[in-house]
Amino acid sequence: MTHTRTQTQPRTPQSDADTTSTTSGGRATTAMRVIVPLQGVVQGRGGLVLGSVIPCALFYFLQFYLKRHRPGPTPTTPPSTPPEAAEVSSPPLHRVQSRSIVSPRGRPQWTPMMRKIIQMVFFQLGLAENLLCVDLVQDWLAANAKNSIVGRDLSISGIATYHPSEGLMELKLAVAGFMSRVMERSTSFNPSQIILTAGAAVAIEMLSFCLADAGNAFLVPSPYSPDLDRDVKWRTGVEIIPVPCRSTDGFSLSTTALDRAFTQAKKRGLRVRGIIISNPSNPVGNLLNRETLYRLLDFATEKNIHIISNEILAGSTHGSEEFVSLAEIIDSEDLDRNRVHIIYGLSKDLSLPGFGMGVIYSFNENVLAASKKLTRFASISAPTQRLLIAMLSDTNFVDKFIKTNRERLHRICSEFVAGLKQLGIECAKSSGGFYCWADMRGLIRSYSEKGELELWDKLLNVAKINVTPGSSCHCIEPGWFQCCFTMLTEKDIPVVMERIAKVSETCKSHS
Amino acid sequence: MGQARVSSRASSIAKPNDSPYYIGLDRVSEDAYDELENPNGVIQLGLSENRLSLDLIEQWLSRNLNASILGGGGLSIRRIATYQATRDGLWELKVAMAGFMSQIMGRAVSFNPSQLVLTSGATPAIEILCFCLADPGNAFLIPTPYYPGFDRDVRWRTGVELIPVHCRSSDNFILSITALDQAYNQARKRGQKVRGILLSNPSNPVGSILTRETLYDLLDFARDKNIHIVSDEIFAGSIYGGDDFVSMAEILDSEDVDRNRVHIVYGLSKDLSLPGFRVGAIYSWNEHVLTASKRLMRFCSISAPTQRLLIPMLSDTRFTQEYIETNRKRIQSMYDLFVAGLEQLGIKCAKGSGGLYCWADMRELIRPYNEKGELELWDKLLNIAKINVTPGSACHCIEPGWFRCCFTTLSKKHIPLVIERIRKVVETCKPPS
Repeated sequence: MTHTRTQTQPRTPQSDADTTSTTSGGRATTAMRVIVPLQGVVQGRGGLVLGSVIPCALFYFLQFYLKRHRPGPTPTTPPSTPPEAAEVSSPPLHRVQSRSIVSPRGRPQWTPMMRKIIQMVFFQLGLAENLLCVDLVQDWLAANAKNSIVGRDLSISGIATYHPSEGLMELKLAVAGFMSRVMERSTSFNPSQIILTAGAAVAIEMLSFCLADAGNAFLVPSPYSPDLDRDVKWRTGVEIIPVPCRSTDGFSLSTTALDRAFTQAKKRGLRVRGIIISNPSNPVGNLLNRETLYRLLDFATEKNIHIISNEILAGSTHGSEEFVSLAEIIDSEDLDRNRVHIIYGLSKDLSLPGFGMGVIYSFNENVLAASKKLTRFASISAPTQRLLIAMLSDTNFVDKFIKTNRERLHRICSEFVAGLKQLGIECAKSSGGFYCWADMRGLIRSYSEKGELELWDKLLNVAKINVTPGSSCHCIEPGWFQCCFTMLTEKDIPVVMERIAKVSETCKSHS
Repeated sequence: MGQARVSSRASSIAKPNDSPYYIGLDRVSEDAYDELENPNGVIQLGLSENRLSLDLIEQWLSRNLNASILGGGGLSIRRIATYQATRDGLWELKVAMAGFMSQIMGRAVSFNPSQLVLTSGATPAIEILCFCLADPGNAFLIPTPYYPGFDRDVRWRTGVELIPVHCRSSDNFILSITALDQAYNQARKRGQKVRGILLSNPSNPVGSILTRETLYDLLDFARDKNIHIVSDEIFAGSIYGGDDFVSMAEILDSEDVDRNRVHIVYGLSKDLSLPGFRVGAIYSWNEHVLTASKRLMRFCSISAPTQRLLIPMLSDTRFTQEYIETNRKRIQSMYDLFVAGLEQLGIKCAKGSGGLYCWADMRELIRPYNEKGELELWDKLLNIAKINVTPGSACHCIEPGWFRCCFTTLSKKHIPLVIERIRKVVETCKPPS
C-alpha cells in the first residue's frame, strides 16, 4: 500500500466540497453495490430505470446525510460543551456578513446522537492538554494564590487599574527566565523582546497579521495541528501551503519539499511570506535537529522570508534527544535575526491552559512595535499576571515541576506506545509533546481518507475514544492518528488498549 | 541579502503614535504625577478610569479572596486550568455577569446568559462585532465626537471604515436622525456599503445619555436601512445627575421586532473599576453573531483565575448594590467639584449625565479658531500646565476647542491643584482686554 493521495489543494473547511468529489470514486463504488441488488429486486421494464433512479436518489441522499451529519475530523470539543448552533437557517432581511467565519465547518457539529454517545464513558485522546502534574500546580496555588494576587498590604490598585497591554515587565522577566530554564539554559531570552498575549493562539494570529498581508501565504510542514487552520487563516486572510512530510522520512522536513512548495506557490501567484514550524512538532512529536534548523535558516534567508517557530512544547520533551531552540541557533549565527520569531506559552509546559498566556519572542523591531499595540485586543489580566510572576519566580517549584513533568511524561508515553505496539500498532519516533503519532494504516479498510474516517468513527463510537485522524492534520498519507495520553492515568491505559484491540479485531476480520 | 519585511498592515500599526490621545497617554506613563515622588509630573485627565471606589473592591477581596480563587465547593484545579474554562467562559460567570448587567441598568431589563459572549475586555468585543457584521471595505456610521480608541478597534485589522456623523454643540452634541440619514445617503453615492451604526451610550467623550425616543428613532432608522446597531454601554453604571439610563435591551424588550440587528457591548473596566481584569461582553440576539463570536473567543478569552475571582464578586449582590450606589455618589460629587472648579476659570462644560469625564468648552481660549489652535492649547496644557486632557480633534469633533477631562483618577484634594495649573495656561490664552 504505497500509493499516496494526490492532492494539490490543502484541505480547508471551504474545500470540503472538493474533497467530496475527489473521493466520490469511493462513494460511487458503494452506490454501485446498491444498484445491483436493486436491479434484481425491481422487475419489469421499469426495472432498469427504477434500478438506477432509486440508487442514485439513495446515493445523493447519502451524500447529503453525510455532509449534514459529518462529525468533522477535528474533535477538539470536550464532551460537556453545549452543541454548536444548528445549520444555517435563512436569516431575516439583513445578511450578517459573508466571511466564512460565520459558518465555518472546521469544528464538529455534534448531533444529539453524537452527544449522547460521547457522554457515556469516554476517553478524550484528542485534546493536547496535560493533566499529569496538575496536582503540583494545585498545591502551589493553594499555598500561594492569595498572597501573589493581593500582596501583603492588600492593595489592589496594582491589579485593578490599567496596565501596559503587552504585559508587566516583571512578568516578562519571569517568563524570560522560565523559558531559559525550560530549554535547559542553552540560551537566554531578552525580556524586552517579549510580547505577552492572552494565549498562544493569539500569538500565532498576531504574527500572521504582522508578517503577511491578506492573500499571502505561509509554508507549513504537514501533518500540522488543526488549530493552525484557525489561528493563521480565519481573520487574517492569509493562506497555508502544506509541505508534505512522509513516513519514509520519519515525517521530518525536507528542504527539497520546501523548495518545491515555494516554487509552485510562486507559479500560482501566491506570495510566500514565511514558514511556520513547530518544535517539538505537533502532531508527530519530532524534534528538529541543529542541522535542519540551519538549513531552514539558509532557506529562509535565500528566499527572503520569515520563520515562525512554535516552541510551546519545549518543556514537554521526554526522550533522550536534545531540544534546540531556534533562539540558540540565532545566538551563534551572525545572520539576519529580523526574520526569526518564536512562539511560546504556558498552557502546555506548565499545565495551565485556562490561564491563557502566550509569548511572542522576536528580534524584529517592527514586529515588536506592531504586536505591542495589537495586544490591546488580547492582553493578560493583571491578577493572572501576578499569579504567574509569583509562580515563575518560585524557582524551586519550577525546577521540580519541569523535572517531574518530564518523568511522568516519559513514563506514560512509554507505556502507551508499548501498549499500542502489542496491538501491532507502531508509533512514529517522537521525543516531545503529549501524544504519539500512531500508524493504523493496517487497520483501515480502504487506503484513503474515507477509510481513515471510517476507522476514526469506529474508534469514537465503538471504542469510545476520541483520537485525531491524520486527515484533519493535513497528513498526505491516510491511516495515521494522533493519540494524546496526558489526560490518562496509568490504570486507564489497559482499558484503552483493550477497546482499541476490539476495534482492531473487527477491522482485521473484514479485510 | 534581502530585508525580511513585515506586512503592510503591521507597518502602519507600528508607526509611532500621532494622535494627541495616545501621545498624551505616553507622556503620562513617562512622567506621571506622584504627590511625593514626582510633584511636577503630568496629571492624568486623559484616561477614563475610575479610582474613586477601589477601596470597596479591596475590602471585598480581602474578605473573600482565598475561598474564591480555588472555589469553596471542592472546585478542583481542573476547572481553573483547563481549556473548557476559557472556551466558552464558565457558565456561572455568564450568569453572574448577566445578573450584574441587569443590576447596573436599574433592573429595568434582564439579560439572558446564553446570549452573552465574554471577551478579554470591551476592545476585542468591538473588533469581533466588526468582523462579524461587516466585510472589508464596508462601513459603520458613528456619531462624533467619539472615543479615539474606536479608530483602532474598528479599523486596524478588520478593514471596516468609520463614517463620522457630526453632532454639534447647538444640539448639545445629540445625534440627529437627519444627519444620520444624510451620511448614509452620501456613503451610498460614494459606493460605500453601510452595515451598521456604532454608538456609545452614555456617550464618550460628551457624557450624554440617549433618550428613549432617540433609541426608538435609531431602531426605526436601522430597520429602514436594514443595518445593525452596536451599542457600547460600558458606562451604563457610571451615571450621575437625575437622568435614568435606558439600554437598547430595554427598548427591544418592548418592541417585538428585529432583535437580530442589535448588539450590545459591555465590560467591567468602567462600572466596576477593574480595567486590569480585562472583562468584556457581547450581548446579542443574533444566533449567527453569537456562534461566530464564540468561535473567535479563542483569541480573547478571560483567563480562568480571573473568572473564578469574578463569579463570587458579581454574585454577591449585596456588595454590588452597595458598590453601584456608593460609586455613583462619588462620581457625582467629583463631577460637581471639578465642573465648579472649571467654571471659576470661565470654562463651561456640556451637560453630562454619565461617564467618568466632562466635555469642557475651551473655544474662547484657542486662537485661531481651528484644529491648529486647539492643538496649541492642548500642547500648552500638557507641557506647561502638565495636565493631560484629550482634545476634541482626537475625537473627530467638528467644532474645535472642546476637551475631554476625566476626573475620576483624581482624589478631591487634587482638584485645586489641577484647577490652579489650568489657570496659569488660561491666563496666557485670554485675549488682551
